[in-house]
Amino acid sequence: MPAMTTGNLTTRLIACFDVVEGRVTKARRFEDNIDVGDAAEIATSVYADGIDEIIFYDILASAQRRQADLLTIRAVAEQVFVPLTVGGGIRSLEDMHAVLDAGAEKISLDSMAVRNPEIIAQGSAEFGRQCIVQSMQVKRVPVHPEIPSGYEVFIDGARQATGMDAVAWARRGEELGAGEICVNSIDQDGTHHGYDLEITRAIAEAVNLPVIASGGAGSAEHAAVAFTKAGASAAIVSSLLYSPRMERTVPVGEIKAELAKRYGLPVRLV
Amino acid sequence: MVCDRPVVGVIDYRTGNSQSVRYALNSLGVPNRLLTSPADLDGIGRVILPGVGAAGTTMQYLSEAGWPEALRTRVVDGDMPFLGICVGLQILFETSEEQQATCLGWIPGTVRAFDGANVRVPQMGWNQVHRASTHPFLAGLPDEGHFYFVNSYYAEPADPADTAATTVHGVRFTSAVARGNIMATQFHTEKSGPLGLDLLERFAKTPQEELCPR
Repeated sequence: MPAMTTGNLTTRLIACFDVVEGRVTKARRFEDNIDVGDAAEIATSVYADGIDEIIFYDILASAQRRQADLLTIRAVAEQVFVPLTVGGGIRSLEDMHAVLDAGAEKISLDSMAVRNPEIIAQGSAEFGRQCIVQSMQVKRVPVHPEIPSGYEVFIDGARQATGMDAVAWARRGEELGAGEICVNSIDQDGTHHGYDLEITRAIAEAVNLPVIASGGAGSAEHAAVAFTKAGASAAIVSSLLYSPRMERTVPVGEIKAELAKRYGLPVRLV
Repeated sequence: MVCDRPVVGVIDYRTGNSQSVRYALNSLGVPNRLLTSPADLDGIGRVILPGVGAAGTTMQYLSEAGWPEALRTRVVDGDMPFLGICVGLQILFETSEEQQATCLGWIPGTVRAFDGANVRVPQMGWNQVHRASTHPFLAGLPDEGHFYFVNSYYAEPADPADTAATTVHGVRFTSAVARGNIMATQFHTEKSGPLGLDLLERFAKTPQEELCPR
């Protein structure tokens, strides 16, 4: 039985930027992206407010078969002194070197890892397990023998079903050498109704890696239950921080204060 | 303005995150240069060895470029202040369980894997760092401060006096090392927010006689 404890680590709040041409956008269920603002400016602002980490997805790089936007990655990395994970358009070790050279700490592999699982093993051997984040887009489907968890992995911006079971894919990723798993719920993405606790918990129990809950946060309470009930080590809170679709966005510091005060969770305060 | 501050060299060995360290130094106004080979050490006053790689791979790349000998001459035989970060701390020891690597051996001891039966591995996130020595590098460090860790392995110095700080992840382990002019942190100082920048600034700007006790 894998350990459920993250030891003495604080809970982590992560801002996840879906970037298009240097601008942060916000989607709902992986569609209808609307413009939020300049990536470097938003990064600087959430850093000052105490964000623990930033994930940068170049959401068009993969479809356009080009490398991630190194200039924007660099502009963010120059001003933000918390960990930066980059995903999108990464097909080879050379691509990984390029984004790490631009200032990233971690590489996020998603659709590309489904197409070529060996890329997880290669990245892990070259940079260490801790450098490789296995990110997956999951959707609730009827339980059947191929999908015993009732959650299927999708790729290419949630457009393409893979026939793979989400929990089995997470286990496989751990075996291949992933160091962290980001579980993006397609159903919950951008809804502000809370994370999909069921699949987050199923994966957190199936692997011994830190798991990031992603998709659906609309309040500090949503993040709190992802930590306490689903075993997540980190939670992505993008909409909450800056989505124009939210009635009221909330600064990171305020979310953390509530996590600490109301739920007794360990947080890093700045 | 006359700039008499030492230039900090940041070693680039293919798998390190040298750019992140340089961005942090730039934000602190610290003159710095990327070092791609030992020949670049001319004019460098202090040196940082960053790291995100695996220990064995890191040692292989460093050895291919001739770094172990060049650094030994300047840092171990000489008095150049040295800061290792993450895997840059681990390779200071004799051996690592990661890829069964033989390391630099500047500090007696070994590097072991965290036991995944007790806690999630890798340790990934913000953890508290507690001072454990009087070495000036960590002077002024707040005792409850959080720093960013990303590691599956941790150092076990043979001599407890080399441990400058400790952190708990399943076990209490050495999260910073300091011996004279050799300093190293298991956490990523360059990615630990304002507290991490404070430490980098301390390494880069403190006068040598104050930073490196003999």
